[in-house]
Amino acid sequence: MTRNVSITLQNNDDARLIIEAIAEDNPEAVVNQYPAMVKIDCPGKLIVKQETVEEKLGRDWDVQEIHLSVISLAGNVDEEDDYFELSWGA
Amino acid sequence: MSLEIKTSVLQPRRNTYANVAERLGADKPATRYEEGTFDIQPTDNFHFRPTWDSSRELYDKNLTKIKMEDWYSYRDPRQYYYGTYTIARSRMMEAQEKNFSFVEKRNLLDSISDEWKEKVGYFFLPLRHYEWGANMNNSDFSDRSYGASVSQVGIFAAMDRLGIAQIISRVGLLLDGNSGTSLTKAKDYWLEDEAWQPIRKMVEDSFVLDDWFELHIAQNFCMDAIVYGLTYDAFDAAIAAHNGAALSMLNEFMVDWYAEEKKWADNLLKVCAAESDENKALISDWVKKWRAQAEEAFTPLAQKTLGEEAAAAAFEAINADLDKRAKKAGLEL
Amino acid sequence: MAVNKKKRMGIKERYSLLTRGLGWDTTYQPEEKVYPYDKYEGIIIHDWDEWEDPFRLTMDAYWKFQAEKERKLYAVIDSFAQNNGHLGITDARYINAIKIFLTGVSPLEYAAARGFTHVGRHFGGVGARVACQMQAIDELRHVQTQLHSMSHYNKYFDGLHNRGHMHDRVWYLSVPKSFFDDAMTAGPFEFLTAISFSFEYVLTNLLFVPFMSGAAFNGDMATVTFGFSAQSDEARHMTLGLGVIKFMLEQDERNVPIVQHWIDKWFWRGYRFLSLVAMMMDYMLPKRIMSWKEAWEIYFEDAGTSLFEDLGRYGIKLPKFHDIPAKEKDRLSHEVWSIFYNYTHAAAFHTWVPNEDEMQWLDSKYPDTFNKYYRPRYDHWQAEKDAGNRFYNQTLPMLCQTCQIPMGFTEPDDPTTICFRSSEHNGETYHFCSDGCKNIFDHEPEKYVQAWLPVHQIYQGNCGGASVEDVLEWYKLNKSVDNMDYDGSPDQKLWEQWQADRAKAAS
Repeated sequence: MTRNVSITLQNNDDARLIIEAIAEDNPEAVVNQYPAMVKIDCPGKLIVKQETVEEKLGRDWDVQEIHLSVISLAGNVDEEDDYFELSWGA
Repeated sequence: MSLEIKTSVLQPRRNTYANVAERLGADKPATRYEEGTFDIQPTDNFHFRPTWDSSRELYDKNLTKIKMEDWYSYRDPRQYYYGTYTIARSRMMEAQEKNFSFVEKRNLLDSISDEWKEKVGYFFLPLRHYEWGANMNNSDFSDRSYGASVSQVGIFAAMDRLGIAQIISRVGLLLDGNSGTSLTKAKDYWLEDEAWQPIRKMVEDSFVLDDWFELHIAQNFCMDAIVYGLTYDAFDAAIAAHNGAALSMLNEFMVDWYAEEKKWADNLLKVCAAESDENKALISDWVKKWRAQAEEAFTPLAQKTLGEEAAAAAFEAINADLDKRAKKAGLEL
Repeated sequence: MAVNKKKRMGIKERYSLLTRGLGWDTTYQPEEKVYPYDKYEGIIIHDWDEWEDPFRLTMDAYWKFQAEKERKLYAVIDSFAQNNGHLGITDARYINAIKIFLTGVSPLEYAAARGFTHVGRHFGGVGARVACQMQAIDELRHVQTQLHSMSHYNKYFDGLHNRGHMHDRVWYLSVPKSFFDDAMTAGPFEFLTAISFSFEYVLTNLLFVPFMSGAAFNGDMATVTFGFSAQSDEARHMTLGLGVIKFMLEQDERNVPIVQHWIDKWFWRGYRFLSLVAMMMDYMLPKRIMSWKEAWEIYFEDAGTSLFEDLGRYGIKLPKFHDIPAKEKDRLSHEVWSIFYNYTHAAAFHTWVPNEDEMQWLDSKYPDTFNKYYRPRYDHWQAEKDAGNRFYNQTLPMLCQTCQIPMGFTEPDDPTTICFRSSEHNGETYHFCSDGCKNIFDHEPEKYVQAWLPVHQIYQGNCGGASVEDVLEWYKLNKSVDNMDYDGSPDQKLWEQWQADRAKAAS
């Protein structure tokens, strides 16, 4: 069984397009809505791509800006210049 | 909809927290500094002694010889709590970033004469390790000090020193084209160069000081007075005469920072010295001890970098300023 | 020397040059004197350079991002106060959860700040120190933003006025306080296992995520804003927690059993502490979004299982006693609420019997237990109260020597029998609420015999006197104002007056 990784973001204007980008780049992701927050679960691994977010925002976006909106996560973090990835080891 | 309610009903039942009202002498509206700082450190009924040092309590007034009736009689003159602190630093950093990109875009460091470029590598860049030592010492000060108003200026200062170490490192990366070679070389100077050794020894000796208040005096009052005077006054002026004005631009953060830093650091001495003659004598002795040690430790490096005459003039200016600050703090040197 | 042509630099390399390179091995003072505390726990570190930085924020970026968060947060706090935001909450009963938060949790944020400052000075590795220092200052942020957010509530509601004084003295607040004192008096590696891993990574989601979402649902925009703003730092803290565990496990296999014991211990310590949160979620949110049981399933049973499967490759197993909370999840919040209902005369917040709608919700979430065990109890208490006989327990409870919660939890396999355990140490008998707490004591009896147990202290005359009145005075608790049933409290009267004025203004 592939275990879920998960990321929870605030449900505000800054995060909305990041959530959209995540949904687009991770077809298996399930987006759960709660009051004021959104929890996204995805089997095995989940990636946030700088390129996709930048496209949606129409501006430069530093991957570390994700820290402004994240509430919680589950999985091992790999933070690079152009992506932020969560995964469980194989 | 709340506006529809008669304002008389909405009179607050109290204006601030009870402990704050007690300190202000009345229940009146308090500042965020006051509400966010006063009495946030526990004082009583600790459950366990530290397994790492069972001779002390978790928070312990006896980790310094300085005695205060109430450590909250010290208040940061800048009234920094986390929010105001962080916003102030982000503003300074924004200006600093503009300076970095201005200098970088125009390759301004290139115009410094070769001799003085070498001096930047030899004298300025190893200060990143000095700043890292100051980070450790201010963490230690924040860790062992008593009361939130004192402890929090320490952790702010610790983070500042990390930030300054990183700014100095970035100057190195500008000079070496991001290869990091200038930083490796600077570390060699710090570890091996003869003129740097008395300084490194003094810094390492400060790491193991028992009394956190003495540590504050050694680091934030005495050593810093000399380092900041030598670097951001004397060295800065000297390199300007060798096409080094670009470095002055990159030093701006540190110049502004130190002017601000002195406020809280000096005020801590002043408040504690005013408490009792015993405190005043202790503080005065520690200042005498550490300024003498610091001057001695920095003399070879200052002479080698600035020349004997300029070094002597620099120390004279530093000492005059230190005398003034000590006098203002009510010390007897 | 010419200024060299610029090479492109990745985030990892840049961070390493700007941070890791700053440290050096001291030679004028021996390492044991400079870092005296990071060896005695028995954790073997061969090479601190193998430390993987959990995140790579240099101070410039830290100040920039954090300042942005603070600007936004204080804008909300200001507007909340200016617009009398306290009138927008669903019901004044809700504020009682905030009272527990401010007196029980906010002081822990400060303790965390000091604890991380301590380890941020004392680890031998630069990377670990910097990560801990950043967390230290973040935690200072959390306590201050909480005090600032709740400052407005303090102006209009009771029980929030003397947080620090109460935290050091009041009986139920010794539960969170002793939890953190325990962690801070442990060595640096155990501290990180306790707080960064077991608490932040495994358990605090239960406190901050569903509860804060619940705050939003109940119109408390101040709390949800500071809560989520604090959580945005938490992603870094959680990453540090997982990072330090892996680092210890990878450095030497002899570390594995030590770490496993700490995980067992701190899982149980954290879980017992969170029983307060279980009660807040199920009983104190007038509008509920998720039961404690559901939250436990999502945040521990699902997420925790994945985590521990991942750590299985190092030989780490699920925490000992992890199956007990699964057995207790149908009753935990009800048992804790019952304890507080009994002792509300000695607490700085109010309790009440849930109303019919709330009982129906509880029944729907706890179909196997609620109507069977707890509804009859509440019906009885309500009937007594209606007859003018609101019951307060005048006998001081026996406390668990480890978690310090009154003995009110039941046997894992029998929800009708109170669970008692005990151990002998140096001829004295010590009592526990569970096998988990007994197990912790038995490993370190010398530590836990020191515990400042509020009930013992009252009996020994260290708490202002022998009567409840004396003790409440010593707590600086405003009698008949901060304590007792919600029904008839000044909070309730004022709230109803505001609602009436509002209705009048609207008509």
